[in-house]
Amino acid sequence: MSVPFALLGLLEREPSHGYDLKRDYDSYFGRSKPLPFGQVYATLGRLSRDGKVSPGEIEPGDGPDRKRFAITEAGKQEFETWLREPVEPEPHLQTVLFEKVLLALMLGRSAEQYLDTQRAAHLRRMRELTELKRQDSLIDALLADHGLFHLEADLRWMDMTAARLPSLASMVAT
Amino acid sequence: MRDMAAPGDVHSADYLIEARDVVYDFGETPALRGANLSIREGEILAVMGPSGSGKSTLLHCLAAILVPKHGGIYLSGQRVDTLDENERSALRRDTFGFVFQFGQLVPELTAEENVALPLLLAGLRRDDALRRAREWFERLGIDGLERRRSGELSGGQAQRVALARGLVAHPKVLFADEPTGSLDSLTGELVMELVVTAARQDGTTVVLVTHEPRVAAYAGREVIVRDGLVNSLVHDALAP
Ligand SMILES: Nc1ncnc2c1ncn2[C@@H]1O[C@H](COP(=O)(O)OP(=O)(O)OP(=O)(O)O)[C@@H](O)[C@H]1O
Ligand SMILES: [Mg+2]
Repeated sequence: MSVPFALLGLLEREPSHGYDLKRDYDSYFGRSKPLPFGQVYATLGRLSRDGKVSPGEIEPGDGPDRKRFAITEAGKQEFETWLREPVEPEPHLQTVLFEKVLLALMLGRSAEQYLDTQRAAHLRRMRELTELKRQDSLIDALLADHGLFHLEADLRWMDMTAARLPSLASMVAT
Repeated sequence: MRDMAAPGDVHSADYLIEARDVVYDFGETPALRGANLSIREGEILAVMGPSGSGKSTLLHCLAAILVPKHGGIYLSGQRVDTLDENERSALRRDTFGFVFQFGQLVPELTAEENVALPLLLAGLRRDDALRRAREWFERLGIDGLERRRSGELSGGQAQRVALARGLVAHPKVLFADEPTGSLDSLTGELVMELVVTAARQDGTTVVLVTHEPRVAAYAGREVIVRDGLVNSLVHDALAP
């Protein structure tokens, strides 16, 4: 998750104090990794320096949270552009799995068994996510779905790789 | 290896269903080459594996539809593949529910009549059977289609009608072969949710063939069929 853009988006909804931003961020985006207060204020500081948000009047009272931030025109534009752009597709896990398969083949270990062990681990995680999804928070369900589809993609890749092990083995042997 | 009972040395009363050393071929084509599988009561088991590896054949042997050429099938420790055709058909009617991979509905019957079939076969009165059949349509998101001839349903609608038919009589064991094969992800999830809920409520044992990991993730355990043999995924060690 990109914290500055998430905060911009929340501010586009309505001007907010840092505390409210943190609370909303945590409940929507930071469920497994809450945003530290320090990072909220540091990010707001940078956004404000770059003219993407404006801090508004300092409100009476004490405590650090006396500024209500609002998004600026420039901020809205930047947010809009970000929202329209696709994210770079990232083949993250695949590289490690690939390394293990190739090394197993090179070193005369059973790549098949490694793949089975990995499959079992993936399916175990998928079972946990499925159980999580069956409780009733829609937000948790959406996040679990994302995990599930990614794990499934890995598993499909493992199936393809398993089917190609003989060719891969002869390639590695030469 | 775990879950691979050698023939003869297991207290089979521990398991609801067992396949021991099952061999099956279609003429020249070997489909099962000594498959072993033990399933506990109330368990939801996913059977995965490549196309043509023998998953459907295994399911049909477990469900006493096909008779193995070698080896045996045991239900609560009792051998069932040696029963005669009438006894096996009674067993299927009274104890098992099915969702098949292909062409399973009677096209001339309406959707609700198809769902009611197992109840009618069990001797229920027609209006009682149809009333109980109708309860499933809304849960499966196909209400309004009760009177449609099943030949006039979409693939995914027909599949849900078939699932309702598989569950309507609260079978002790549900055999389901790719029950979400022609469903979109969300409908597939709805269907699996229903299967799991039904299984947990009634203690139904479910044997589920699927190639979709997200569907298999609803099961408590999975096995893989490869070349007519059943493998569990957990190996003892990553040995050379
Ligand atoms: N009725 C049949 N007549 C002849 N051969 C058959 C028949 N049914 C299955 N086979 C063969 O038996 C083997 C196992 O088939 P089976 O249907 O059990 O595979 P499967 O794992 O269910 O595959 P899929 O994932 O494609 O459904 C295959 O080689 C198949 O071609
Ligand atoms: Mg099949």
